[in-house]
Amino acid sequence: MTETLLYLIQQLINGLTIGSTYALIAIGYTMVYGIIGMINFAHGEIYMIGSYVTFIVIAGLLGMGMVSLPIILIIALVVAVFIASTYGWTVERVAYRPLRGSNRLIPLISAIGMSIFLQNYVVLAQGSRDVALPPQITGGWTFGDPAVFEVSFSYMQALIWGATFVTMTALTLFISRSRMGRACRACSEDLGMTNLLGIDTNRTIALTFIIGAALAAVAGLLLGLYYGVVNPFVGFIAGLKAFTAAVLGGIGSIPGAVLGGLVLGVTEALTSAYFPSEYKDVVSFGLLVLILLFRPSGLLGKPEVEKV
Amino acid sequence: MLRIENVNTHYGPIQALHDVSIEVKQGEIVTLIGANGAGKTTLMMTICGDPQATTGSVQFDGEEISNLQTASIMQKGLAIVPEGRRVFSGMTVEENLAMGGYFRTKAEAAETMEHVLELFPRLRERFSQRAGTMSGGEQQMLAIGRAMMSRPRMILLDEPSLGLAPIIIQQIFEIIQKLRDEGVTIFLVEQNANQALRIADRGYVLEHGHVVLEGSGQDLLTNEDVQKAYLGG
Repeated sequence: MTETLLYLIQQLINGLTIGSTYALIAIGYTMVYGIIGMINFAHGEIYMIGSYVTFIVIAGLLGMGMVSLPIILIIALVVAVFIASTYGWTVERVAYRPLRGSNRLIPLISAIGMSIFLQNYVVLAQGSRDVALPPQITGGWTFGDPAVFEVSFSYMQALIWGATFVTMTALTLFISRSRMGRACRACSEDLGMTNLLGIDTNRTIALTFIIGAALAAVAGLLLGLYYGVVNPFVGFIAGLKAFTAAVLGGIGSIPGAVLGGLVLGVTEALTSAYFPSEYKDVVSFGLLVLILLFRPSGLLGKPEVEKV
Repeated sequence: MLRIENVNTHYGPIQALHDVSIEVKQGEIVTLIGANGAGKTTLMMTICGDPQATTGSVQFDGEEISNLQTASIMQKGLAIVPEGRRVFSGMTVEENLAMGGYFRTKAEAAETMEHVLELFPRLRERFSQRAGTMSGGEQQMLAIGRAMMSRPRMILLDEPSLGLAPIIIQQIFEIIQKLRDEGVTIFLVEQNANQALRIADRGYVLEHGHVVLEGSGQDLLTNEDVQKAYLGG
């Protein structure tokens, strides 16, 4: 194979890796939007908290002398998912539910406030500098001709792909098969009607926030391990990227969020491969602008019909 | 069974219902007729607590429900077939029905579902089909079936004949009578006054948010004002 092709394959691997974590975060945006029509701008902060919890748990367990990496990761995952979900639930309960039924802009502003609050709360609790964790998962597979170009697919990347795949499958099964998943779909189709069937829609909405936060925590764990650093501001940019992914795929659509995340990740990887890497944010947010201009309902979204 | 007394309902500053009093007794079919914008749907929704009545009382089986949340009202043995059907169009017939029996046990819901499918063989044929792909009449049957899934003692029907072909309307009215024969009390809102009054034990006429007339179905059918205003005669 030629060098160009191998190089391209490498970029696709990198892009899909980042893209799948965008997809995990984007699902939180898209599910909440699908059900109550608001953008939860504090969602990126939940992801950031997930990353912090992962770091704290891993550092703590290593400090206690635990050596088995799989067990450490599983404990970190469980704790991160639990704490992030608690935050997700609390944010909804405190900052959004009391505003339900008011003008759409009001919960949006509350969400931005919540985002700033959580960011600064972590700054106060953990400091504003980068926190680093030495790489836990090293090594990987390589293929291609070492003399031309060697493509590497690290174990860490494989973990991200695998974990994302498992999480998405679990979510899909939950949404399509389970009783509560069915209620989630009913709520996103017609919240008022679901309520008229005697179903407590507040609980379904809370569940949506919990699921979104749990997925964000999974992304927080994976990306935290991948980059090896976290600071209180990573949630902002990751949140914006995931939001872009959700809009790109068609906000409100879960498959759309996944597709949008992957497309965005690959776009970024290719941009930084062939152009100066500073352009990658320009391109991804430029993409958002283009989508909003020419296909506001996104790749897989349905155009919103104004109900009369 | 359902007693509405001096209910006033507002949408913001606009008053939609003025001192409305209506009673529906156990086992009756009671119909409410009125023109577009008279407040019929508002009255239905007020019973369901969305919006809540500003003043006045709504009692179901002797229990005051006007201050309760919609979800808890709908768990008390009351179900609604809302205006425009509002089936979950992206979900299958089976899933739609299952949503109607959401807060019941699996076995109870399965039993009622079987009953619904017997009543509507059409729904059995379409069991795994998405509701949005069905005809209006089939969707209306689904909406009624979904309401039956909670085993309600009373069903509120808001314009079930709207936009349907005459032959389908005939079927829908037959089903309503069948429901009553099963012991379900019916409160029916209709613009199709002629047919609605024919099957009704009693009826009310709503104009501009006021109840202006009430009487037996037969009385209203022969009432001159009603004939002029609602029966085209």
